[in-house]
Formats: sequence, C-alpha cells, structure tokens
Amino acid sequence: MRPTNLLVGSAVERLEDLRFLRGRGQYVDDLARDGVLHAAILRSSIAHGRIRSIEIAAARALAGVHAVITAADMGKSVPIIPMRLQPLPEFHPFEQPVIADGKVRYVGEPIAVVLADSAAIAEDALALIEPDIEPLPAVANRRAAAKDDSILFEDKGTNLALTFRATRGDAAAAFGDAAYTRRETFRVQRHFALPMEPRGLLADWDAARGRLTVCGASKVPFFNRRILAKQIGLPEDAIEMVENDVGGGFGARGEFYPEDFLIPFAARHVGRPVKWTEDRREQLMAMNHAREAECDIEIACARDGRILGLRGHAFADMGAYMRTNGAVGARNIAQFMSGPYRIPNIDIDVSLLMTNKTPVGTYRGPGRFETDFFRERLLDMAAQDLGLDRVEFRRRNLVSAGEMPYPIATIAPFENRDELDSGDYQMTLERCLEEIDWGRKSRLQGREIDGRYHGLAVGCFIEGGAAGPKEGARLVLEPDGSLSVYVGSSAVGQGLETAFAQIAADAMEIPIDRIRGVFHGSTSYVSDGYGSYHSRAVVMGGSAILLAASALRDAIRSRAAHRLGCDPAAVEIVEGSKAVGPGGSSLPLVGIADEGISAEGSFLNKKHTYTYGAHAAHVAVDPKTGHVQLIDYVVVEDCGRIINPMMLRGQVIGSVVQGLGGAFMEDLAYDDQGQLLAGSLADYLIPTASDFPMIRAVVMEVHPSPINPLGAKGAGEGGIIAVGGVIANAVANALSSFSVQPRELPLTPSRVWHLLHDARRAEAAE
Amino acid sequence: MPVRFEVNGKNVEVEVEPRLTLADCLRHNLRLTGTHVGCEHGVCGACTVIVDGAAVRACLMLAVQAENTKVVTVEGLSRDDGLTPLQASFRKHHALQCGFCTPGMITTAHALLSEEPDADAERVREVLSGNLCRCTGYVSIVEAVLDARAAYRKREGTAP
Repeated sequence: MRPTNLLVGSAVERLEDLRFLRGRGQYVDDLARDGVLHAAILRSSIAHGRIRSIEIAAARALAGVHAVITAADMGKSVPIIPMRLQPLPEFHPFEQPVIADGKVRYVGEPIAVVLADSAAIAEDALALIEPDIEPLPAVANRRAAAKDDSILFEDKGTNLALTFRATRGDAAAAFGDAAYTRRETFRVQRHFALPMEPRGLLADWDAARGRLTVCGASKVPFFNRRILAKQIGLPEDAIEMVENDVGGGFGARGEFYPEDFLIPFAARHVGRPVKWTEDRREQLMAMNHAREAECDIEIACARDGRILGLRGHAFADMGAYMRTNGAVGARNIAQFMSGPYRIPNIDIDVSLLMTNKTPVGTYRGPGRFETDFFRERLLDMAAQDLGLDRVEFRRRNLVSAGEMPYPIATIAPFENRDELDSGDYQMTLERCLEEIDWGRKSRLQGREIDGRYHGLAVGCFIEGGAAGPKEGARLVLEPDGSLSVYVGSSAVGQGLETAFAQIAADAMEIPIDRIRGVFHGSTSYVSDGYGSYHSRAVVMGGSAILLAASALRDAIRSRAAHRLGCDPAAVEIVEGSKAVGPGGSSLPLVGIADEGISAEGSFLNKKHTYTYGAHAAHVAVDPKTGHVQLIDYVVVEDCGRIINPMMLRGQVIGSVVQGLGGAFMEDLAYDDQGQLLAGSLADYLIPTASDFPMIRAVVMEVHPSPINPLGAKGAGEGGIIAVGGVIANAVANALSSFSVQPRELPLTPSRVWHLLHDARRAEAAE
Repeated sequence: MPVRFEVNGKNVEVEVEPRLTLADCLRHNLRLTGTHVGCEHGVCGACTVIVDGAAVRACLMLAVQAENTKVVTVEGLSRDDGLTPLQASFRKHHALQCGFCTPGMITTAHALLSEEPDADAERVREVLSGNLCRCTGYVSIVEAVLDARAAYRKREGTAP
C-alpha cells in the first residue's frame, strides 16, 4: 500500500447513502416482475402435533389462487436443510424439513404455501386451509426438554441433541486446592436480531433455458446456492442468486430458511415468477431466534484474586430444529466464557436441548453476549467476596500483551485449537475508566440522589472475527481508467461498498471517484464467495482485494512492458494513472487495453482475529418503579487497522443499543403450551430514540492484526457482547445497599422492582 | 374504486381496492418504492409520508383516504441529483446504515423541522421515537437532525 495512503483510516462519507437517502435503494420487495404470483405461507398455530390431514380444496377454489403447495407436492421426500457451520453427524436427525412433514414442532412452522394474483388474495386463502393436527404435549423450555417425557424426534428418543465441552488445564485439581470458590446460576432470555427490513424472495424460473434466478439473497449466497441446487435438482451454474439492497442482517438474515427452498420451488412448480415478503408477525416466529441460555457455573480463585478455574454446566434452548448455524451460540458460550481473562483451568459443558419453539441461529455476538453476562456477573460477585476492588480484580486477571498469542479452551467434539491473536487488554480498560471518569464517579456507587440509586460497572470483552477458509476478489481496470471491484463478500447494510472502495482505491493509488462500483453478493460476480458472517467481510474480502490489486498491478506492468518494449519489472505505475518505462517513456492507464485488464486475488486464512476492549456504564435506578435510566455508556475498543472510523463508531454504537435492548426489554416470551407471546412490535419492544441518549465509542488501532495483510480485525459485534453483564453489574452496584443480585435478563422495570421488593422483604424477615 | 390525489407535485388517479393501504398503493401501484413497509401495524415508522404537511404512517391509512390530499414521499424531497440539507446532514453524521428506516426518518424529521426549526435534542428524540432503527442506535440520527436545523430556519416562511 502506498505510503501516502489517504482513504483507509479516513471518515469517508458512504457511497451507499446517495441512493438510500433519496428513496432509491432497491430492496427485494421493491422489485416488480410481469406475471408475478404472490406467495403467502400457512404456519402452524400449534407448537407440537401430528398432522392428520391438510384440507386445501376451498383455498384452491378461491378466485385468483393458482396453487396450494404442501409436503405432498415435494415428491418422494421432503428436502432437509443441512447445517452450514458445525455440521456434525449428531445434529443431522434434528435438521429442518423445508415444510412440515408429518409433524409440526413450533408455532410458525410452514405447513402450506398459497400462490395467488395478489398478496391479499393469497392471505385470504390461508384462512380457507384446514389443517387437522393432533396436538402433542409441548416442550416449552429446557427443563421440560431434559425430562424427555414428550419428545420432538421420536426416532432419537431424546431431546438432547449434543453436549459440547470446553476444557483447558485441570479444573478438578484447581478447584480442589482453591482458597475461594463461588457457584451461581444465571439466565439470558430468548431474543433475536429483528432487522428492520423483513425477509423477502423473488424467484424466476426460465423453463426454456432451465435457469432459476433468486433475488433476495444475502450473507452466504454461494453456500445457499449449493444447498438449493442439490435440493431442487439443478446444476449450481443454472441458479443465479442476486443480492439486492439488504435492510440489516445481524446474523439472522441470509441463512438458508425453509422459504429459500419453497419460493424457488413454487416458481418452478407454476412456471411463473413468485414473490414472497415476510410480514413482521411472521418474522417474529419464523426468523432465527437466539440467546436463550442458562448456566450453573463456579469460579475458583486464590486469596490474592488470581482466577484459578472456571467450571460448570450451561444449557442452550435450541428450539425445534438444528438450523444452519444453530450450534454456534452454544459452542461460543462454552469456549468464550473465559473471555479476555487468564483462566488456566476450565471445564464447561453446554447441553443443546430441543424445544417446541422457533429454531435458533446466530445473532450478533452469538453466545458471547450470553457468556459475558454470566462471567462478568460472577467476577463482580467474586471480587466483592474477596474484598477486592472489582477493577483491580480484572486488571490482575486480564491476559497481558506479553502472553500473546494466548491459547483458549478447546472444544469437544471439534478439537480445533484457537488463540487470542494480539492486543493490550489492560490499555482499553484503563482508557475506558478514564473516559467514563471512573475516579470521580466512584463516589456515586450505591448512593441515593433525588430518589434514585446510582451504580457503575465496567467489563472487558473479546470479539472473534475473520472466519476462513477464504475469500475472493476480482479487480478490473476498465478501458476508461476506472476500477471495478468484484468480491465474494456480502452487504447486509454495514457499508461494505464504501469500505471496499477505500481499500481498492488506496491499493491502486487512485481517488475514490475512479471506483466504478463495488459489486458484491450475487453469484454472477466471482466464481466463489464465502460471504459475510463472523465479522469477516472487511478482513477477508479486504485482504482479497489487496491481493487482487497486487496481481492487477503486475498485469498492468506486463501489458505496458509489451507496448513499451521493455521488461515488466522495469515498469512503474505512477499515481495510479500512468505506466512509466525506463527512460521516462510512459503510457496512460486510460485505454491501455481495449477490453480492460482483470486480475483476481484470493485470501486464505485459518486463524481468527480478536478485537478487544472494555465497556463502562453509569445507571440510576428508581426504586419506586424499577426503571433504570442509563446516564452514560462508554465503549473503548482496539480493532487493529481501522478502515473507516466513522463507520466503525456507527457499528459500535448501534451494536451497544441492540445490546441494551437485550439487557432491558427484548423478550420472545412463550407460554407453557409453546405459544409465542410476542407477535408484534407492540409486544416485542426494541430501543427507540428516546431510550438511551448517551452512548459513546472510542475506537483505537493500537495492535494491528498480525494474521492478515490489512492488519484489520473483525469489528461490529464488540459493541453488543459486554452490554448485558455491564448493565446487570451496574444495577447490582446501584442497589448494593439492598444486596440485590440480578441473575437474569432482561432487567425490565418489573423485574428490577421485584428484585428490590424481594430483597427488602428478606431484610425485614431477618 | 378510483382515488385521486397529488404525489410529489403530480396529480395521480389510481384504481384501488378499498382495503389497500396508502403504503401499498404508493409502492406497488405508483412504484414509489422509497416508502418502506416494516411492520404494517404503525409501530416502526418506516412507511412515514407527509400528507398535507403532517407526518403520517402510510400503513395505517387507506389509499382511499388520500382522496384530494397532497402526499410527499422521500422521493419528492430532493428534486435533482443532489441531497437536501437534511439528507446531506444524515450522510455527514453517518445517520444510516442499512437504509431501510431512513426514508421514514427523513420524512418525519422534515415534517418536524418544517414546523419547529428550533426543536431541541429532547424534542427531536421524542418525535423520532416513533421510528425504529436497528442499525445506528439513534445517536447519529439525532445529531444529523439537530445539525440540519439551520437550513430550515433560513427558509422559514418559504415553501419547503
């Protein structure tokens, strides 16, 4: 990269904004096709049952209805959706059929698809379908699941899909010798990504050419194309996945869902384009849920506050099926419970239990949000027991810069070794304390001022990123001298086009306005792509762009050398605009090749990056209502090389506020019959503009990642990971005079009030 | 049934079912897809348009109720290839990421500042609390709206 690199590291205004701000974005529901039919999906209203019959005649007879599709139309077997991440054979029996096949296992499971002239007629027809379902006892939570009285998959004979185990050192020995131990239980509630744009698909079957086009792809289009091709019986290159503008992903959008088969199948079934747009109620019951987990864990420390070990059990409520990335959260709960801390002895298992609820998948900071809540709560409790300052307790136990790379717990049955890559964890902690003015504010801890109790907390986190195995990019120097960037990464609304334009422009030493476009996500742009998940797009796609740029410069030199009659090694590309040979003869890059010059780059990676940092919060709790006001919130993180500090800060603050939603309000509650109680945005509350005005983010680039040429680390999830733990600790700190210890999220006014009420009653009883 | 109204300065006549919402009419009959539909129950605010000067949820209004009104959508705010001061302020402050809630934020903020160019941070937050954004955490949106106030003060008294 040139020494005068101007764009990477600058707060470049986003290229995407010009269309979004004027209503010119093109999301999948904005697309129109002649002759399109609209799909509506009948979903189970029963959590667990056996399908006796599905009466579709009346729906089929409605004017304007063209087809009603059920499992009976799927041929000899209903396709199953395979797992994308951790596709262990043990999970196979729990994978989801694309449409209910014999049984329904959650409220929201697709039973039938209606195709009609309009979405309104299709929805009218849903009311005319009569499924006859014999109800079975619902397994509504992990405790009921563990009893195995009612079983979701009878062939398996158990609701326990698998148990992961994270180990390091010798936990039994460490606990045997420890001067101090404490055992606690904690719980995080079910909540989810809720991107503002609902999902949607538009599938077009071209019978004459045998080609299928699917608009609405995102996140991992190449992987999803492989699944669809296999399920639908087409060669992969007969399917084009098109990524349109995408209204938020946060882990949940773009995984292969039942609709990703049903809508293309429907289009082929009727030989017409078919469009489906999820409504919000559907989204709440159909999109991947996340986070629901409990633990029973124990910490061991020496008297001086050194953490000696962490052990215990965790339980993840998986919902009804193992979806494409359903095991990630559970795995991370076990593997990352130690977070950024030096914990030499670990033995934590996590049981994955099937229940009659919407299946789970990843949501920003999967497993990490949950496990950070568990760990940071336990650390504050331990510090108090040991009579240590909780900041000093953390300082003593953070992994130091000199210990990098630092190995973390190994997971069975994966046995993949992982290590923290680089960083100075204490530096971000100190900076965070400084930013929130910890020294001065410490005096407020637990104090009542104007009827509200003030509390402080600080916590530390790590964020994994940069999942391999590879990413590809192709750069084209166009005949007019502009540069086209094609990449296998996907945009989900994070500003990918701008970040990649910055990287590509710097690598080719051209101004950003010479970037003709950044083309991403669709399967037609590059031969293979790995997409955007695990905070990997910038690290993997950005590094691939650097490698492609290097190859493109070689190709330009070689073309210029041919025309200048010299050796390619003697050609220099100057200011990104001309190729200069020996003796000063030069060629402008504009028009250097009539057909343009193209070059590819592919970045391979097996290691993970670890962004790290600290969060601090100042809250005030109203004891009369249980309402918690957030007075100040600061995140400090070091993400290695920063591409665009403005966009990064935006990611961090947005991520924090999502985390505050999880900490204070969001709850996908179910009753004991497995009925979802949060079917609208009036029931499922997320943060609004008036809830949390004071959030600050300080982004640093002190320790570039040693494992990629950009030096970048995955970012964008760090803002959410520590929120639950920090908020709960701040509330505990505020209410320390009542010995209130939150052990469960969300901290709704009602829950906080009850905690306080119970603590006062307990005190009075003594 | 037929319905006649004005959209972004142009008269339109559309044949609609009585149950069609204004949001769906704008998006699918008139192909003005800048107005987004996020919840269809009036909570998220993505479908906000300006009807006779007031910010209105187009998912809670039937198209037939728009008869004889003047409707402005996000497409009608900038008339050329440039950005309005409010839109430019959103870009400058990075007040959008995925862009899905953005048209509703822009129309809501435009209606607010047209009436109250001196709205303070608390007032801006209060009004924007009817529009959900899942990406930004709102901090930058509030900053963008506050920063755009100067442009509305200058043109007070003139048509927007």
